[in-house]
Amino acid sequence: MIRVEKLVKRFGDVTAVDDISFEVRRGEIFAFLGPNGAGKTTTIKMLTTLLQPTSGSLELDGLNPTVNRDEVRKRFGVVFQDPSLDQDLTAWENMEIHGVLYGMLRKERRERATTLLQLFELYERRDALVKTFSGGMRRRLEIARGLLHTPKVLFLDEPTLGLDPQSRNQMWTHVKTLNETDQVTVFLTTHYMDEADRVAHRIAVIDHGRIVAIGSSAELKKQTNTQSLEAAFLALTGTSIRDESANAADSMRQIARMWRK
Amino acid sequence: MLSVIFILWLREVKKYLRSRTQIIASLGSPIMYLGVLGFGLGPIFRKAGEGSYLQFMAPGVVGMTILFTSMFSGIALLWDRQFGFLKETLVAPVPRLWIMIGRTLGGATVAILQGSLIFVASFIAGFRPLSVVVIPLALLFMALIAVVFAALGTVIGSSLKDMQGFQLVMNFLVMPIFFLSGALYPLTNLPRVLALLTRIDPLTYGVDGMRTVLTGVTHFGLTADAIVLVAVAITLLTVGAWRFSKIEI
Repeated sequence: MIRVEKLVKRFGDVTAVDDISFEVRRGEIFAFLGPNGAGKTTTIKMLTTLLQPTSGSLELDGLNPTVNRDEVRKRFGVVFQDPSLDQDLTAWENMEIHGVLYGMLRKERRERATTLLQLFELYERRDALVKTFSGGMRRRLEIARGLLHTPKVLFLDEPTLGLDPQSRNQMWTHVKTLNETDQVTVFLTTHYMDEADRVAHRIAVIDHGRIVAIGSSAELKKQTNTQSLEAAFLALTGTSIRDESANAADSMRQIARMWRK
Repeated sequence: MLSVIFILWLREVKKYLRSRTQIIASLGSPIMYLGVLGFGLGPIFRKAGEGSYLQFMAPGVVGMTILFTSMFSGIALLWDRQFGFLKETLVAPVPRLWIMIGRTLGGATVAILQGSLIFVASFIAGFRPLSVVVIPLALLFMALIAVVFAALGTVIGSSLKDMQGFQLVMNFLVMPIFFLSGALYPLTNLPRVLALLTRIDPLTYGVDGMRTVLTGVTHFGLTADAIVLVAVAITLLTVGAWRFSKIEI
């Protein structure tokens, strides 16, 4: 479903993604694990047509995201690390706009929105403004919205960041169900090892822009001779803490946090 | 295509109509200008033989309201692309041009609504247009001002990298555009440098156009005002569309 070959992305003299290659199979849940600044989000941005790669090739459902941009966009849904809902609109309105943007007909759009909101347990609150929603509800709404146009691939970039264990658990249950019933391929990134361990069929560990290991959770443990995925992860990426230099987005993220409190 | 532009436009308008407190808050400063300057400078303006100051400045304050509101909606792009809805639209299978048009028209509409509220407020304060017939024409000029500055806001919002630039733009662009527009003082007999600066400020032509239509007092003449505004609007919309297409997240 996704094929990445010798992908490189440089920002000035910083190499964010350094010659990575991997494949994600149809119907698979594939996790990208890595410390901060490893290149996870940059890879997602390139796959979702928001960034142009410096070199290498990309393929999503047989199409090239840098060439057949709009065709590729119809085939994936995405939940970004930062929220992208309109908080001053209702859940239903957010779904409606998404449907119109993806050229869905009214009837089809409303039926599917109803189904998805029911599935994600948001239907009762469909006419409430998103700003009255909890963090977990917002995330669920974003996933429901991302699935509205029946994409073949769903990208989730640290979707559980800042959620309590209950919400995380509930969210993954939904994602797993969808993956099994609709055969949606899921590409996710996370910091939480237990999540990757639980939901992902295969895991790629990425560090300093390079893939250091790839395989199922069991394979990774075996390869590193460890008992848990967390231990395997540390064995692969080392224990040193990554000091990321703050960029413009980070400083804005900080202001956003201050404002929300 | 139209449905996409329409829904993005509708989104801006809906959000505006829902934010009652924001509407009231943003009416504060124009009403201050109207009330305090309008009545405070009134006597001296009359003494100088220029007639009613309120009558003179009301179109300027309406122009100011539109300037602030539309510029702000454009610059809000900066915030929106990182933490808001913009990213959702940028991965959608629609050309960025439509997104930019929908957004800009929405921002402009909100600015026109806001300007209309101030127009009503100035009417209550005692401003009287020549006749009711001229009001649609005044609305046309309000729309031109709104589009010009919503487009300028889009250019800036697409080009800035972080929030620090925002203050810079407010202090070195938006405020000068307002103060140099002849909203608060007549453009005749100005020192040469000031006269030159007022002439390169697009708001000058907007305010002059509204003033001409509403009160019959003109500086450049209606046709000149309209031509300049349309030309500037087209230029800024083109640059805005180009900058918007270059946004990387």
